[in-house]
Amino acid sequence: MSTVTDTHDDHHDHGPAKGLMRWVTTTNHKDIGTLYLVFSLIMFMVGGAMAMVIRLELFQPGLQFIDPGFFNQMTTVHALVMIFGAVMPAFVGLANWMLPIMVGGPDMALPRMNNWSFWILPFAFAMLLSTFFMDGGAPAGGWTIYPPLVLQGGNGFPFMIFAIHMMGISSVMGAINVIVTILNMRAPGMTLMKMPLFVWTWFITAYLLIAVMPVLAGAVTMLLTDRFYDTTFFNAAGGGDPVLFQHIFWFFGHPEVYILILPAFGIVSQIIPTFARKPLFGYSSMVYATSSIAFLSFIVWAHHMFTVGMPLQGELFFMYATMLIAVPTGVKVFNWISTMWKGSMTFETPMLFSIGFVIMFTIGGFSGLMLAIAPADFQYHDTYFVVAHFHYVLVTGAIYAIMASVYYWIPKWTGNMYNEKMGQWHFWISTVSVNVLFFPQHFLGLAGMPRRIPDYSVQFAEFNMWSSIGGFVFGLSQVFFCYIVYKTIKGGEKATDQVWEGAEGLEWTLSSPPPYHSFTEAPEIK
Amino acid sequence: MNKLKQLLATGVVATIMSTAAQAEYGLNMPVGVTETSRQVYDLHMLILWVCVAIGVVVFGAMIYSMIYHRKSKGAVASQFHESMTAELVWTVIPFIILVVMAVPATTVLIDMHDSSEADMQIKVTGYQWKWHYEYIGEDIEFFSSLDAASNEARQVGSDIDPATVENYLLDVDKPLVIPVGKKVSFLLTAADVIHAWWVPDFGWKKDAVPGFINEAWVRVDKVGVYRGQCAELCGRDHGFMPIVVEVKSEADYAVWVAEQKGAAAAAKLASIEDLDPRELKQKGKKVYRANCVACHQVKGEGIPGVFPAITGSVIATGDINNHINMIMNGKAGTAMAAYKDQLSDVDLAAVITYQRNSLGNKVGDAVQPAEIAALR
Repeated sequence: MSTVTDTHDDHHDHGPAKGLMRWVTTTNHKDIGTLYLVFSLIMFMVGGAMAMVIRLELFQPGLQFIDPGFFNQMTTVHALVMIFGAVMPAFVGLANWMLPIMVGGPDMALPRMNNWSFWILPFAFAMLLSTFFMDGGAPAGGWTIYPPLVLQGGNGFPFMIFAIHMMGISSVMGAINVIVTILNMRAPGMTLMKMPLFVWTWFITAYLLIAVMPVLAGAVTMLLTDRFYDTTFFNAAGGGDPVLFQHIFWFFGHPEVYILILPAFGIVSQIIPTFARKPLFGYSSMVYATSSIAFLSFIVWAHHMFTVGMPLQGELFFMYATMLIAVPTGVKVFNWISTMWKGSMTFETPMLFSIGFVIMFTIGGFSGLMLAIAPADFQYHDTYFVVAHFHYVLVTGAIYAIMASVYYWIPKWTGNMYNEKMGQWHFWISTVSVNVLFFPQHFLGLAGMPRRIPDYSVQFAEFNMWSSIGGFVFGLSQVFFCYIVYKTIKGGEKATDQVWEGAEGLEWTLSSPPPYHSFTEAPEIK
Repeated sequence: MNKLKQLLATGVVATIMSTAAQAEYGLNMPVGVTETSRQVYDLHMLILWVCVAIGVVVFGAMIYSMIYHRKSKGAVASQFHESMTAELVWTVIPFIILVVMAVPATTVLIDMHDSSEADMQIKVTGYQWKWHYEYIGEDIEFFSSLDAASNEARQVGSDIDPATVENYLLDVDKPLVIPVGKKVSFLLTAADVIHAWWVPDFGWKKDAVPGFINEAWVRVDKVGVYRGQCAELCGRDHGFMPIVVEVKSEADYAVWVAEQKGAAAAAKLASIEDLDPRELKQKGKKVYRANCVACHQVKGEGIPGVFPAITGSVIATGDINNHINMIMNGKAGTAMAAYKDQLSDVDLAAVITYQRNSLGNKVGDAVQPAEIAALR
């Protein structure tokens, strides 16, 4: 993005190096943020293409296009790419771009590690995707990689394990950088309880990352030794336990879910006040609610495995703990609505995506509450009801928040306004299609369609067709999104520094685009 | 914008109409045929309506605000931004709702866990990709796999319309049979990877974990045929291992049990006779199609890197004893199962003979059921 070039000569600032090497060797938080965001968009398209293959095969009953084994590879790699390649790097990209600016610092605290944590990622994903060309194909045991099934995989298996290790290392380094930046780079007067909520949610997310990514690394390493070095961690015949893996995996997996959503909470908490022209309602309760959610995320993991055969006491504990999460999550939703209440709202694209987020994330939250009720979960578990649930919280939740943040901050990043009309079209097409895509999946699950199947009984035909049509339209509308972003980078109406009438915060005091080094002198904090 | 609104309205109407047309296909969880399933259904509806009620209030407030508190209507923003009372109210009220929800959920859960005093026990074992049922103390056991019609129609490029196949993907060659009104306890386990046994009408699913035994129970109060599927990803043919349970009246069940015992005795006698190699080969083709194709493929070419080829393989063209050993005992740590537990002596002899003399192999020897029986 050449628009980030240095334009101010008043202090002797060195601009970015020229050409390709600028991106390879950069230690600049904005350059690295851009790299992360572009990488994430590419992965979003790659993962999306796999989703299209899945929906194409499920368009009609019967197997028309692909082998069931390849279908399993698609569902598995779709999830890994979307979680580790699209959503997480997008949030890290946003953190890179915005955190130093929002706390009034010049750059991230650890710039060289920042460069490294990004440049690991393309190699990790090249390794993961290369498994498609190996004997036995890509991993096909589901993104949850449960043994013993995953141990039956082909030659791609160890490559997937090492790819996950690299993604984990990248995430942990990114998280360390976030924490060190927030604790050390704040401008004088920027106390913790004055930080914008996006900074707060990322601060908490970073701790979650550091806590759980090593757990995942441990779990996948045990898989590796079970397969190649004759250990039997997860094999009952050797004294191990396949369910042990699920406990370890979900001890990582549930906090991971909040890693994917807490920064989204932060984004929405920035955008809604701007377009309601009213300060965020209940700032401190938002901070406490986020912390409570993070804490609870460590003690609810086994609700992903209610049907695995736990003792009654265990099931009761995990059911109660899971239901509790509804309380702080509810607090957040109520606070957003109270922020809108008696505001003076306008509905530019970032606001539309944020409101879409609040409504559809809440729908995902409702189905989450239903899933928390253990006896009912015995019916919902591993059906399309679950598929609908987590796509509502991840697509219309996490990804909608990322879309909102791109529209919100892209005028700041590039200095150009995006095309408002196109943005609105993008929102409406996406929102209608995403509901046609995922809402019928609730019915499919309740009526008895298991997840992760390439073919289904004819009674599920009509809703699957609806779902596929919604999927194709939603997929296409994201291609349109890429075009809008491309067009905005290339040019457009010049953005003011303030950009949005109701915007408050340090990022709006800098020029659009901001100088190469954000705050070389500490700004004054009101 | 008006055009867009029109477009949206049309879409919504179309969706609702289609949804209404779908009513008979089921939009909701089945009420089921056991006391447990009815309790689960009631819990499901209770929590659903609680969510709907909260949704109406929350989304109602949002929509009201979006209509009346917009700048274009001249709304001026108030600057209030905190209220301890409000925060307390919306922390305490949801908490109370949750406690109220937790009470019936706990009761049902405790009830579901009580599998004591069962009238009979059935051991259910998941295999890639079929189910094995063993009536404990009854000397009845059998495998239950996808029926032939569905299996043919579901192959890639079969050109058979699934709509023409009765109970497509939800039918088996030999269903599980249980008596009505009896408390039947299931002991669930698996032979290879994790599976999950699920019949929606019974109100639960339970994982079948290799090396461990899970327990669950039903008391069905209506004679009928109930269908379900494996619910835990278990490999390539996870979508193709259905479950069918026939619930019979006590008298019919007794007749069925007697039949099974007669059939088992006849099968034992049959295995002693020697068969013509050509007959073995023909029979072997059927056994191969039902048990081996999923991995080793129709022409025996396998899938490179995961499932070895049979055509020209060292095992299938070398010493016949190694071949017999591989089929009977499987290969630890791989998807190759020990088929001595799954197939009869005749079927084993047939499929080994078939593999050696077909699929591009021409060894020319054969193995007889009696030889297999001697190795057991």
